[in-house]
Amino acid sequence: MAAMLACLALSLLTDTFATERNLFNVSRNFAFVAIIALGMTAVIASGGIDLSVGSAVVLSSMTVAVLMSAGMPFWIGIPAALGVAVLMGAVNGILIAYAGMPPFVVTLGMLSVARSLAMVLSNNKMIYQFGPDHDLLLALGGGSTMGLPNPLIVMALLAGITGFIFKWTRWGQHLFAMGGNENAVKLTGIPVRQLKVSVYVFSALTAGITGVLEVGWLGGVTTNLGQGMELSVIAAAVIGGANLAGGVGTAFGAVVGALLIEVIRNSLILLGISTFWQGAFVGSFIVIAVAFDRFRSVRQG
Amino acid sequence: MGDNGAGKSTLVKVIAGNFAPSAGEIFISDAKVEFHKPLDAQRAGIEVVYQDLAICDNLSAAANVFLGRELTRRVGPIQILDYARMRIRAGELFARLKSETRPRDLVRRMSGGQRQAVAIARALLSDAKIILMDEPTAAISVRQVAEVLNLIRYLSDHGIAVVLVSHRMPDVFQVADRIAVLRRGRLVASKRASESSPEEVTGLITGAIEFA
Repeated sequence: MAAMLACLALSLLTDTFATERNLFNVSRNFAFVAIIALGMTAVIASGGIDLSVGSAVVLSSMTVAVLMSAGMPFWIGIPAALGVAVLMGAVNGILIAYAGMPPFVVTLGMLSVARSLAMVLSNNKMIYQFGPDHDLLLALGGGSTMGLPNPLIVMALLAGITGFIFKWTRWGQHLFAMGGNENAVKLTGIPVRQLKVSVYVFSALTAGITGVLEVGWLGGVTTNLGQGMELSVIAAAVIGGANLAGGVGTAFGAVVGALLIEVIRNSLILLGISTFWQGAFVGSFIVIAVAFDRFRSVRQG
Repeated sequence: MGDNGAGKSTLVKVIAGNFAPSAGEIFISDAKVEFHKPLDAQRAGIEVVYQDLAICDNLSAAANVFLGRELTRRVGPIQILDYARMRIRAGELFARLKSETRPRDLVRRMSGGQRQAVAIARALLSDAKIILMDEPTAAISVRQVAEVLNLIRYLSDHGIAVVLVSHRMPDVFQVADRIAVLRRGRLVASKRASESSPEEVTGLITGAIEFA
Protein backbone atom coordinates (compact mmCIF):
# COMPACT_ATOMS: atom_id res chain seq x y z
CA MET A 1 0.00 0.00 0.00
CA ALA A 2 2.54 2.55 1.19
CA ALA A 3 4.88 1.61 -1.65
CA MET A 4 2.19 2.17 -4.24
CA LEU A 5 1.23 5.52 -2.74
CA ALA A 6 4.86 6.61 -2.72
CA CYS A 7 5.31 5.57 -6.35
CA LEU A 8 2.15 7.36 -7.38
CA ALA A 9 3.10 10.54 -5.53
CA LEU A 10 6.52 10.50 -7.13
CA SER A 11 5.26 10.02 -10.65
CA LEU A 12 3.11 13.10 -10.14
CA LEU A 13 5.78 15.16 -8.38
CA THR A 14 8.63 14.50 -10.76
CA ASP A 15 8.55 13.94 -14.47
CA THR A 16 11.50 11.55 -14.32
CA PHE A 17 10.26 8.90 -11.89
CA ALA A 18 7.84 7.18 -14.21
CA THR A 19 10.28 7.05 -17.11
CA GLU A 20 11.14 3.59 -18.31
CA ARG A 21 14.84 4.14 -17.71
CA ASN A 22 14.36 5.15 -14.08
CA LEU A 23 11.90 2.37 -13.28
CA PHE A 24 14.31 -0.14 -14.80
CA ASN A 25 17.06 1.18 -12.52
CA VAL A 26 14.90 1.25 -9.42
CA SER A 27 13.67 -2.28 -9.95
CA ARG A 28 17.16 -3.59 -10.52
CA ASN A 29 18.63 -1.77 -7.55
CA PHE A 30 15.99 -2.91 -5.14
CA ALA A 31 16.04 -6.50 -6.37
CA PHE A 32 19.45 -7.09 -4.78
CA VAL A 33 18.38 -5.91 -1.37
CA ALA A 34 15.03 -7.68 -1.73
CA ILE A 35 16.58 -11.06 -2.52
CA ILE A 36 18.67 -10.97 0.64
CA ALA A 37 15.77 -9.53 2.62
CA LEU A 38 13.91 -12.77 1.85
CA GLY A 39 16.68 -14.75 3.54
CA MET A 40 16.91 -12.21 6.33
CA THR A 41 13.18 -12.46 6.95
CA ALA A 42 13.57 -16.19 7.47
CA VAL A 43 16.38 -15.59 9.97
CA ILE A 44 14.51 -12.83 11.80
CA ALA A 45 11.28 -14.83 11.88
CA SER A 46 13.20 -17.73 13.41
CA GLY A 47 14.31 -15.40 16.20
CA GLY A 48 17.86 -14.72 15.00
CA ILE A 49 19.78 -12.12 13.03
CA ASP A 50 22.39 -12.40 10.28
CA LEU A 51 24.86 -9.52 10.06
CA SER A 52 27.19 -11.33 7.67
CA VAL A 53 25.08 -11.09 4.50
CA GLY A 54 26.97 -8.10 3.07
CA SER A 55 30.21 -10.01 3.44
CA ALA A 56 28.60 -13.12 1.96
CA VAL A 57 27.83 -11.01 -1.10
CA VAL A 58 31.42 -9.89 -1.57
CA LEU A 59 32.92 -13.30 -0.81
CA SER A 60 30.68 -15.14 -3.25
CA SER A 61 31.09 -12.56 -5.99
CA MET A 62 34.84 -12.59 -5.44
CA THR A 63 34.85 -16.38 -5.64
CA VAL A 64 33.08 -16.39 -8.98
CA ALA A 65 35.26 -13.53 -10.21
CA VAL A 66 38.56 -15.14 -9.24
CA LEU A 67 37.62 -18.55 -10.62
CA MET A 68 36.32 -17.23 -13.91
CA SER A 69 39.12 -14.77 -14.45
CA ALA A 70 41.44 -17.77 -14.03
CA GLY A 71 39.73 -19.30 -17.06
CA MET A 72 37.08 -21.47 -15.44
CA PRO A 73 33.68 -21.71 -17.14
CA PHE A 74 30.66 -20.13 -15.45
CA TRP A 75 29.17 -23.50 -14.54
CA ILE A 76 32.07 -24.04 -12.17
CA GLY A 77 32.35 -20.46 -10.99
CA ILE A 78 28.73 -19.89 -10.02
CA PRO A 79 28.15 -23.13 -8.11
CA ALA A 80 31.45 -22.56 -6.33
CA ALA A 81 30.34 -19.05 -5.33
CA LEU A 82 27.01 -20.34 -4.04
CA GLY A 83 28.87 -23.18 -2.31
CA VAL A 84 31.07 -20.70 -0.47
CA ALA A 85 27.99 -18.78 0.66
CA VAL A 86 26.31 -21.97 1.84
CA LEU A 87 29.46 -22.88 3.74
CA MET A 88 29.44 -19.49 5.47
CA GLY A 89 25.81 -19.98 6.44
CA ALA A 90 26.57 -23.46 7.73
CA VAL A 91 29.44 -22.19 9.90
CA ASN A 92 27.18 -19.44 11.26
CA GLY A 93 24.38 -21.90 11.91
CA ILE A 94 26.55 -24.54 13.55
CA LEU A 95 28.17 -22.03 15.91
CA ILE A 96 24.76 -20.64 16.82
CA ALA A 97 22.82 -23.89 17.09
CA TYR A 98 25.39 -26.33 18.44
CA ALA A 99 27.78 -24.06 20.37
CA GLY A 100 24.86 -21.99 21.64
CA MET A 101 26.49 -18.66 20.78
CA PRO A 102 24.37 -15.55 20.20
CA PRO A 103 23.59 -14.98 16.49
CA PHE A 104 24.56 -11.31 16.74
CA VAL A 105 28.12 -12.13 17.82
CA VAL A 106 28.66 -15.09 15.49
CA THR A 107 27.49 -13.28 12.38
CA LEU A 108 29.33 -10.11 13.39
CA GLY A 109 32.50 -12.18 13.49
CA MET A 110 31.64 -13.74 10.15
CA LEU A 111 31.07 -10.27 8.67
CA SER A 112 34.68 -9.43 9.40
CA VAL A 113 36.17 -12.82 8.49
CA ALA A 114 34.39 -13.17 5.14
CA ARG A 115 35.28 -9.67 3.94
CA SER A 116 38.87 -10.22 4.90
CA LEU A 117 38.87 -13.55 3.02
CA ALA A 118 37.54 -11.75 -0.05
CA MET A 119 40.51 -9.37 0.19
CA VAL A 120 42.94 -12.26 0.56
CA LEU A 121 41.35 -14.03 -2.40
CA SER A 122 41.61 -11.05 -4.73
CA ASN A 123 44.72 -9.48 -3.23
CA ASN A 124 42.41 -6.46 -2.80
CA LYS A 125 42.40 -5.77 -6.55
CA MET A 126 39.43 -5.03 -8.72
CA ILE A 127 38.53 -7.87 -11.07
CA TYR A 128 36.78 -7.02 -14.33
CA GLN A 129 37.95 -9.74 -16.73
CA PHE A 130 36.02 -12.98 -16.33
CA GLY A 131 37.72 -15.35 -18.77
CA PRO A 132 35.98 -17.26 -21.56
CA ASP A 133 32.44 -16.86 -20.17
CA HIS A 134 32.85 -13.14 -19.48
CA ASP A 135 29.83 -12.07 -21.54
CA LEU A 136 27.59 -14.75 -20.12
CA LEU A 137 28.25 -13.67 -16.52
CA LEU A 138 27.65 -10.02 -17.37
CA ALA A 139 24.43 -10.86 -19.19
CA LEU A 140 23.18 -12.86 -16.23
CA GLY A 141 23.23 -9.99 -13.76
CA GLY A 142 23.25 -6.98 -16.07
CA GLY A 143 21.00 -8.08 -18.88
CA SER A 144 17.28 -8.27 -19.16
CA THR A 145 14.72 -10.74 -20.42
CA MET A 146 11.55 -9.53 -22.11
CA GLY A 147 12.24 -5.99 -20.95
CA LEU A 148 12.64 -6.92 -17.30
CA PRO A 149 16.06 -6.81 -15.62
CA ASN A 150 17.26 -10.31 -14.76
CA PRO A 151 17.82 -9.60 -11.04
CA LEU A 152 14.18 -8.53 -10.83
CA ILE A 153 13.05 -11.80 -12.39
CA VAL A 154 15.24 -13.82 -10.01
CA MET A 155 13.88 -11.79 -7.11
CA ALA A 156 10.26 -12.39 -8.14
CA LEU A 157 10.90 -16.12 -8.49
CA LEU A 158 12.64 -16.34 -5.13
CA ALA A 159 9.94 -14.26 -3.45
CA GLY A 160 7.30 -16.64 -4.80
CA ILE A 161 9.22 -19.70 -3.67
CA THR A 162 9.99 -18.25 -0.24
CA GLY A 163 6.42 -17.15 0.30
CA PHE A 164 5.24 -20.63 -0.61
CA ILE A 165 7.77 -22.26 1.71
CA PHE A 166 6.83 -20.01 4.64
CA LYS A 167 3.14 -20.76 4.34
CA TRP A 168 2.88 -24.28 3.00
CA THR A 169 5.78 -26.37 4.22
CA ARG A 170 6.64 -27.91 7.55
CA TRP A 171 10.01 -26.15 7.40
CA GLY A 172 8.27 -22.78 7.20
CA GLN A 173 5.83 -23.67 9.95
CA HIS A 174 8.62 -24.84 12.26
CA LEU A 175 10.70 -21.77 11.51
CA PHE A 176 7.95 -19.42 12.62
CA ALA A 177 7.15 -21.63 15.59
CA MET A 178 10.80 -21.47 16.65
CA GLY A 179 10.70 -17.68 16.50
CA GLY A 180 7.53 -17.72 18.60
CA ASN A 181 8.65 -20.07 21.33
CA GLU A 182 11.88 -21.95 20.80
CA ASN A 183 11.44 -23.98 23.95
CA ALA A 184 8.04 -25.24 22.85
CA VAL A 185 9.45 -26.36 19.53
CA LYS A 186 12.29 -28.17 21.26
CA LEU A 187 9.83 -30.00 23.52
CA THR A 188 7.77 -31.26 20.59
CA GLY A 189 10.83 -33.09 19.34
CA ILE A 190 11.43 -30.98 16.22
CA PRO A 191 15.18 -31.02 15.52
CA VAL A 192 15.76 -27.38 16.42
CA ARG A 193 19.50 -27.38 15.76
CA GLN A 194 19.30 -28.64 12.19
CA LEU A 195 16.46 -26.20 11.62
CA LYS A 196 18.60 -23.29 12.80
CA VAL A 197 21.53 -24.27 10.63
CA SER A 198 19.23 -24.52 7.61
CA VAL A 199 17.86 -21.03 8.27
CA TYR A 200 21.33 -19.45 8.25
CA VAL A 201 22.28 -21.45 5.17
CA PHE A 202 19.17 -20.14 3.44
CA SER A 203 20.04 -16.55 4.32
CA ALA A 204 23.64 -16.94 3.15
CA LEU A 205 22.45 -18.57 -0.07
CA THR A 206 20.26 -15.60 -0.91
CA ALA A 207 23.31 -13.39 -0.32
CA GLY A 208 25.37 -15.67 -2.56
CA ILE A 209 22.82 -15.43 -5.37
CA THR A 210 22.89 -11.65 -5.03
CA GLY A 211 26.67 -11.70 -5.13
CA VAL A 212 26.73 -13.59 -8.43
CA LEU A 213 24.11 -11.29 -9.97
CA GLU A 214 25.86 -8.14 -8.79
CA VAL A 215 29.10 -9.09 -10.54
CA GLY A 216 27.24 -9.13 -13.80
CA TRP A 217 25.47 -5.87 -13.10
CA LEU A 218 28.58 -3.94 -12.03
CA GLY A 219 30.88 -5.61 -14.55
CA GLY A 220 33.60 -5.78 -11.94
CA VAL A 221 34.18 -6.71 -8.31
CA THR A 222 35.97 -4.73 -5.63
CA THR A 223 36.33 -5.75 -2.02
CA ASN A 224 33.99 -3.05 -0.76
CA LEU A 225 31.01 -4.57 -2.56
CA GLY A 226 28.10 -5.10 -0.21
CA GLN A 227 29.63 -3.03 2.57
CA GLY A 228 26.91 -1.94 4.98
CA MET A 229 24.38 -3.87 2.94
CA GLU A 230 23.28 -5.90 5.98
CA LEU A 231 21.75 -2.72 7.38
CA SER A 232 19.62 -2.01 4.30
CA VAL A 233 18.57 -5.64 4.25
CA ILE A 234 17.57 -5.73 7.90
CA ALA A 235 15.79 -2.40 7.41
CA ALA A 236 13.90 -3.83 4.44
CA ALA A 237 12.84 -6.90 6.40
CA VAL A 238 11.76 -4.81 9.38
CA ILE A 239 9.86 -2.27 7.27
CA GLY A 240 8.25 -5.28 5.62
CA GLY A 241 6.83 -6.33 8.96
CA ALA A 242 9.41 -8.81 10.26
CA ASN A 243 9.58 -8.62 14.04
CA LEU A 244 13.08 -8.72 15.51
CA ALA A 245 11.65 -10.57 18.51
CA GLY A 246 10.92 -13.45 16.12
CA GLY A 247 7.88 -15.30 14.87
CA VAL A 248 6.59 -12.68 12.44
CA GLY A 249 7.48 -11.80 8.86
CA THR A 250 6.44 -12.39 5.26
CA ALA A 251 8.24 -12.78 1.95
CA PHE A 252 5.94 -10.22 0.37
CA GLY A 253 6.72 -7.77 3.16
CA ALA A 254 10.45 -8.17 2.62
CA VAL A 255 10.05 -7.25 -1.04
CA VAL A 256 7.84 -4.27 -0.26
CA GLY A 257 10.28 -3.10 2.41
CA ALA A 258 13.19 -3.24 -0.01
CA LEU A 259 11.14 -1.46 -2.66
CA LEU A 260 10.20 1.33 -0.26
CA ILE A 261 13.78 1.98 0.73
CA GLU A 262 14.87 2.16 -2.89
CA VAL A 263 11.95 4.39 -3.86
CA ILE A 264 12.81 6.78 -1.04
CA ARG A 265 16.46 6.83 -2.04
CA ASN A 266 15.59 7.31 -5.68
CA SER A 267 13.05 10.02 -5.02
CA LEU A 268 15.50 12.05 -2.93
CA ILE A 269 17.86 12.05 -5.87
CA LEU A 270 15.14 12.94 -8.35
CA LEU A 271 13.85 15.72 -6.13
CA GLY A 272 17.36 17.12 -6.06
CA ILE A 273 17.90 16.66 -2.34
CA SER A 274 21.53 16.16 -1.35
CA THR A 275 22.54 12.50 -1.00
CA PHE A 276 23.86 13.37 2.45
CA TRP A 277 20.23 13.37 3.57
CA GLN A 278 19.55 9.79 2.43
CA GLY A 279 20.57 8.17 5.69
CA ALA A 280 18.36 10.50 7.71
CA PHE A 281 15.32 9.78 5.57
CA VAL A 282 15.77 6.01 5.39
CA GLY A 283 16.58 5.85 9.11
CA SER A 284 13.53 7.86 10.12
CA PHE A 285 11.42 5.74 7.87
CA ILE A 286 12.53 2.54 9.60
CA VAL A 287 11.61 3.99 12.98
CA ILE A 288 8.25 5.22 11.69
CA ALA A 289 7.44 1.84 10.14
CA VAL A 290 8.20 0.02 13.38
CA ALA A 291 6.27 2.60 15.38
CA PHE A 292 3.22 2.03 13.19
CA ASP A 293 3.50 -1.69 13.76
CA ARG A 294 3.85 -1.12 17.47
CA PHE A 295 0.71 1.06 17.69
CA ARG A 296 -1.23 -1.51 15.73
CA SER A 297 -0.28 -4.39 17.99
CA VAL A 298 -0.95 -2.34 21.12
CA ARG A 299 -4.45 -1.61 19.89
CA GLN A 300 -5.10 -5.25 19.08
CA GLY A 301 -3.61 -6.60 22.30
CA MET B 1 3.03 -32.78 45.06
CA GLY B 2 6.12 -31.23 46.55
CA ASP B 3 7.82 -27.97 47.37
CA ASN B 4 9.86 -25.97 44.88
CA GLY B 5 12.97 -27.94 44.02
CA ALA B 6 11.52 -31.24 45.20
CA GLY B 7 12.12 -32.70 41.74
CA LYS B 8 8.59 -32.73 40.35
CA SER B 9 9.38 -31.15 37.02
CA THR B 10 12.56 -33.18 36.69
CA LEU B 11 10.60 -36.37 37.21
CA VAL B 12 8.13 -35.28 34.53
CA LYS B 13 10.99 -34.63 32.13
CA VAL B 14 12.45 -38.06 32.85
CA ILE B 15 9.11 -39.75 32.17
CA ALA B 16 8.69 -37.68 29.02
CA GLY B 17 12.08 -38.76 27.72
CA ASN B 18 13.73 -35.33 27.92
CA PHE B 19 16.24 -36.46 30.55
CA ALA B 20 17.72 -39.92 31.05
CA PRO B 21 17.17 -41.23 34.59
CA SER B 22 20.39 -41.47 36.62
CA ALA B 23 18.91 -44.53 38.34
CA GLY B 24 15.72 -46.56 38.31
CA GLU B 25 13.37 -48.01 35.74
CA ILE B 26 10.07 -47.05 34.14
CA PHE B 27 7.23 -49.54 33.73
CA ILE B 28 4.05 -48.97 31.75
CA SER B 29 1.34 -51.59 32.30
CA ASP B 30 4.01 -53.89 33.80
CA ALA B 31 6.20 -53.62 30.72
CA LYS B 32 9.62 -52.08 31.16
CA VAL B 33 10.30 -49.12 28.87
CA GLU B 34 13.35 -47.00 28.11
CA PHE B 35 13.11 -43.54 26.61
CA HIS B 36 16.08 -41.92 24.93
CA LYS B 37 14.22 -39.02 23.40
CA PRO B 38 10.78 -37.41 23.70
CA LEU B 39 9.59 -39.27 20.61
CA ASP B 40 10.11 -42.63 22.36
CA ALA B 41 7.83 -41.55 25.19
CA GLN B 42 5.24 -40.26 22.72
CA ARG B 43 5.23 -43.62 20.97
CA ALA B 44 4.58 -45.30 24.30
CA GLY B 45 1.49 -43.12 24.73
CA ILE B 46 2.90 -40.49 27.04
CA GLU B 47 2.13 -36.84 26.39
CA VAL B 48 3.16 -33.81 28.39
CA VAL B 49 1.35 -30.56 29.03
CA TYR B 50 4.10 -28.26 30.25
CA GLN B 51 4.11 -25.60 32.93
CA ASP B 52 4.68 -22.77 30.45
CA LEU B 53 2.30 -24.66 28.15
CA ALA B 54 4.98 -24.94 25.45
CA ILE B 55 2.76 -23.10 23.02
CA CYS B 56 3.69 -20.70 20.24
CA ASP B 57 1.74 -17.46 20.61
CA ASN B 58 2.26 -16.44 17.01
CA LEU B 59 0.59 -19.53 15.53
CA SER B 60 -3.04 -20.56 15.29
CA ALA B 61 -4.60 -23.02 17.70
CA ALA B 62 -4.67 -25.71 15.02
CA ALA B 63 -1.01 -25.14 14.11
CA ASN B 64 -0.07 -25.52 17.77
CA VAL B 65 -2.01 -28.74 18.13
CA PHE B 66 -0.19 -30.20 15.16
CA LEU B 67 3.23 -28.64 15.81
CA GLY B 68 5.88 -31.19 14.83
CA ARG B 69 3.22 -33.59 13.53
CA GLU B 70 1.71 -31.50 10.77
CA LEU B 71 -0.60 -33.22 8.34
CA THR B 72 0.57 -32.87 4.78
CA ARG B 73 -0.73 -33.72 1.38
CA ARG B 74 1.10 -34.31 -1.82
CA VAL B 75 0.93 -31.83 -4.66
CA GLY B 76 3.07 -33.06 -7.50
CA PRO B 77 6.54 -33.74 -6.13
CA ILE B 78 6.19 -31.74 -2.90
CA GLN B 79 4.48 -32.22 0.43
CA ILE B 80 2.42 -29.23 1.49
CA LEU B 81 0.61 -28.57 4.74
CA ASP B 82 -2.98 -29.69 4.79
CA TYR B 83 -4.51 -26.75 6.66
CA ALA B 84 -8.10 -27.82 6.00
CA ARG B 85 -7.69 -31.26 7.52
CA MET B 86 -5.71 -29.93 10.49
CA ARG B 87 -8.42 -27.37 11.25
CA ILE B 88 -11.15 -29.97 11.11
CA ARG B 89 -9.25 -32.40 13.34
CA ALA B 90 -8.36 -29.65 15.83
CA GLY B 91 -11.99 -28.50 15.83
CA GLU B 92 -13.10 -32.04 16.70
CA LEU B 93 -10.65 -32.20 19.58
CA PHE B 94 -11.80 -28.85 20.99
CA ALA B 95 -15.40 -29.99 20.70
CA ARG B 96 -14.52 -33.15 22.62
CA LEU B 97 -12.97 -30.99 25.32
CA LYS B 98 -16.09 -28.82 25.32
CA SER B 99 -13.87 -25.81 24.73
CA GLU B 100 -14.89 -22.77 22.72
CA THR B 101 -11.44 -22.54 21.18
CA ARG B 102 -11.56 -21.93 17.44
CA PRO B 103 -8.83 -23.66 15.40
CA ARG B 104 -8.04 -20.60 13.26
CA ASP B 105 -7.57 -18.17 16.15
CA LEU B 106 -4.11 -17.06 17.15
CA VAL B 107 -3.12 -18.35 20.56
CA ARG B 108 -1.92 -14.84 21.48
CA ARG B 109 -5.54 -13.71 21.75
CA MET B 110 -6.68 -16.59 23.93
CA SER B 111 -7.53 -16.87 27.60
CA GLY B 112 -5.56 -19.10 29.92
CA GLY B 113 -8.29 -21.76 29.83
CA GLN B 114 -8.34 -21.81 26.05
CA ARG B 115 -4.56 -22.12 25.93
CA GLN B 116 -4.82 -25.01 28.30
CA ALA B 117 -7.33 -26.63 25.95
CA VAL B 118 -4.88 -26.20 23.08
CA ALA B 119 -2.15 -27.86 25.10
CA ILE B 120 -4.43 -30.72 26.08
CA ALA B 121 -5.75 -31.14 22.54
CA ARG B 122 -2.11 -31.62 21.54
CA ALA B 123 -1.92 -34.50 23.96
CA LEU B 124 -5.22 -36.02 22.81
CA LEU B 125 -4.14 -35.91 19.19
CA SER B 126 -1.84 -38.87 19.62
CA ASP B 127 -4.34 -40.99 21.58
CA ALA B 128 -2.23 -40.69 24.68
CA LYS B 129 -2.69 -43.20 27.48
CA ILE B 130 -0.88 -41.09 30.05
CA ILE B 131 -0.91 -37.31 30.18
CA LEU B 132 1.60 -35.53 32.37
CA MET B 133 0.50 -32.05 33.43
CA ASP B 134 3.09 -29.80 34.99
CA GLU B 135 1.46 -27.03 37.04
CA PRO B 136 -1.45 -26.42 34.66
CA THR B 137 -3.17 -24.11 37.13
CA ALA B 138 -0.17 -22.05 38.18
CA ALA B 139 -0.76 -18.88 36.21
CA ILE B 140 -4.47 -18.59 35.48
CA SER B 141 -7.59 -17.09 37.03
CA VAL B 142 -9.99 -18.87 39.36
CA ARG B 143 -12.64 -19.38 36.71
CA GLN B 144 -10.04 -20.82 34.38
CA VAL B 145 -8.77 -23.16 37.07
CA ALA B 146 -12.24 -24.65 37.23
CA GLU B 147 -12.15 -25.11 33.44
CA VAL B 148 -8.85 -26.91 33.63
CA LEU B 149 -9.97 -29.16 36.45
CA ASN B 150 -13.01 -30.07 34.35
CA LEU B 151 -10.70 -30.97 31.49
CA ILE B 152 -8.70 -33.20 33.81
CA ARG B 153 -11.85 -34.95 35.00
CA TYR B 154 -12.95 -35.36 31.40
CA LEU B 155 -9.66 -37.05 30.55
CA SER B 156 -9.71 -39.43 33.48
CA ASP B 157 -13.36 -40.32 32.79
CA HIS B 158 -12.26 -41.37 29.32
CA GLY B 159 -9.64 -43.80 30.51
CA ILE B 160 -6.63 -41.51 30.25
CA ALA B 161 -4.33 -41.49 33.24
CA VAL B 162 -3.45 -37.94 34.24
CA VAL B 163 -0.36 -37.23 36.30
CA LEU B 164 -0.93 -33.78 37.74
CA VAL B 165 2.04 -31.92 39.15
CA SER B 166 0.93 -29.09 41.37
CA HIS B 167 1.47 -27.37 44.63
CA ARG B 168 -2.07 -26.08 44.85
CA MET B 169 -3.59 -28.29 47.49
CA PRO B 170 -7.31 -27.70 46.68
CA ASP B 171 -6.85 -28.57 43.00
CA VAL B 172 -5.16 -31.81 43.82
CA PHE B 173 -7.76 -32.95 46.30
CA GLN B 174 -10.54 -32.04 43.87
CA VAL B 175 -9.37 -34.24 41.02
CA ALA B 176 -6.79 -36.76 42.23
CA ASP B 177 -7.43 -40.42 42.98
CA ARG B 178 -3.96 -40.92 44.33
CA ILE B 179 -1.44 -38.51 45.80
CA ALA B 180 2.32 -38.88 45.75
CA VAL B 181 4.61 -36.49 47.59
CA LEU B 182 8.21 -35.70 46.68
CA ARG B 183 10.63 -34.08 49.08
CA ARG B 184 14.18 -33.19 48.04
CA GLY B 185 14.14 -35.67 45.20
CA ARG B 186 12.68 -38.60 47.16
CA LEU B 187 9.23 -40.16 47.18
CA VAL B 188 7.94 -39.82 50.73
CA ALA B 189 4.33 -40.84 50.21
CA SER B 190 2.02 -42.43 47.66
CA LYS B 191 -1.50 -43.12 48.84
CA ARG B 192 -5.17 -42.76 47.93
CA ALA B 193 -6.42 -39.20 48.16
CA SER B 194 -9.43 -40.40 50.13
CA GLU B 195 -7.12 -41.83 52.82
CA SER B 196 -5.10 -38.64 53.15
CA SER B 197 -5.81 -35.06 54.10
CA PRO B 198 -4.48 -31.61 53.18
CA GLU B 199 -2.89 -31.41 56.63
CA GLU B 200 -1.03 -34.67 56.20
CA VAL B 201 0.19 -33.70 52.71
CA THR B 202 1.37 -30.30 53.95
CA GLY B 203 3.32 -32.08 56.68
CA LEU B 204 4.86 -34.42 54.13
CA ILE B 205 5.83 -31.57 51.82
CA THR B 206 7.54 -29.53 54.53
CA GLY B 207 9.10 -32.54 56.25
CA ALA B 208 7.09 -32.18 59.47
CA ILE B 209 5.86 -35.70 58.72
CA GLU B 210 8.78 -37.90 57.72
CA PHE B 211 6.98 -40.57 55.70
CA ALA B 212 3.49 -41.90 55.03
